[in-house]
Amino acid sequence: MKASRSVPSVVLAAGLALALLVSGCGRNMAEQPRLGAQQASPFFADGSGNRPLLEGTVSRERGGIDPVFFTGMGPDGLVSQLPIELSYELLQRGQERYDIFCSMCHGYTGEGDGMVVRRGFPRPASFHEQRLLDASVGYYFSAMTNGFGRMYSYASRIAPEDRWAIAAYVKALQLSQNATLDDLPNEVRRALELGDSEGRLP
Amino acid sequence: MPQYFPPNTNAFVRWAILGGGAFLVALAVALPIFARTMNNAVGVPVPQPIDFAHNLHAAQLGIDCRYCHTSVEVAATASVPPSETCMTCHSQVRVGDPQLAELWSSWENGRPVSWNRVHNVPEYTYFDHSAHIASGVGCSTCHGRVDQMGGIWKAEPMTMGWCMECHRAPERFLRPRSEVLNMAYQPPSDQLALGRELVAAYHVDTDKLISCSTCHR
Repeated sequence: MKASRSVPSVVLAAGLALALLVSGCGRNMAEQPRLGAQQASPFFADGSGNRPLLEGTVSRERGGIDPVFFTGMGPDGLVSQLPIELSYELLQRGQERYDIFCSMCHGYTGEGDGMVVRRGFPRPASFHEQRLLDASVGYYFSAMTNGFGRMYSYASRIAPEDRWAIAAYVKALQLSQNATLDDLPNEVRRALELGDSEGRLP
Repeated sequence: MPQYFPPNTNAFVRWAILGGGAFLVALAVALPIFARTMNNAVGVPVPQPIDFAHNLHAAQLGIDCRYCHTSVEVAATASVPPSETCMTCHSQVRVGDPQLAELWSSWENGRPVSWNRVHNVPEYTYFDHSAHIASGVGCSTCHGRVDQMGGIWKAEPMTMGWCMECHRAPERFLRPRSEVLNMAYQPPSDQLALGRELVAAYHVDTDKLISCSTCHR
């Protein structure tokens, strides 16, 4: 009687120990019951865990709502002054962002001959034609923010600060492509005339 | 005092101690072997709803990584682009191509394309792309030559042991920030000297790099 009862108890104990060990398995810490960035969720109709911003959501940065900074529009239409301080760093930032986001179609010089255009995208206007030379810095900001023609809006991809940096860089690009020798400071001009194409003196 | 345990309990305890010891020894041998030999799906292409070719977009067209992975410099996630980003060009280029069917339907019904995840670190690990980029870790250090991949796959195992190779000695891998996006970057012959300079210049706190709570919070 005693023996027949004790054998199952050994098996039971072993089974319990095994169950205890196995209970440690599973990936419930690796896959936690929360949504990570861009994870799918059946909870929402579009199947996405990322939720879009509500209509009319405004940034709380820059101390609240600054219509000029966020739209490029002043009381008299598109602004011709940067709402942020112009600096060499800003232009460098603008160049970097332009090369990432704009050069694919507009080309590195703004001629409208980017790689995607060569692959079949309709050619955009050159930044160096008179209409666009005359356009204000706010015009470029507004085009990036709202899209223009076949160009989609870049508002969700480029932060407003960077859109202003790009707009400033486009104006600088126009200046660079339409500059004459007289626009150069005397020293640089002399170096160019005497030296090589980089302006280095011999 | 009554006997609560039957006499053969002694045998059970003896075997349990022996078995437990053997189990621990086996574990101590097997786990390191497993950790060192499993390749964690490195080099295995992950099937995707659209056969997106990184080599075409990044290398042949020369599109910057950040055109699509917009948040990689400022956020924890690099972010997979929304269909809007694809449609920026594909509203005009290869319109009606059946290869892009999933993209058209996503764009029309507003449901994101269900891309399959390639890199999936466990959720108890808090990885941040922006911190790595700011410290001079190159894209290709972890992701390999994505610009040469027709499909997409893991180039590195993304295991903790692999992370620690750099976290224990970041000077072996860091590059100047200007080279982070250079997919063809080759470390210079004096990498260790350069790496030590960069560790100092980018304020990489080597003590924090090997602290548990830096990645496991």
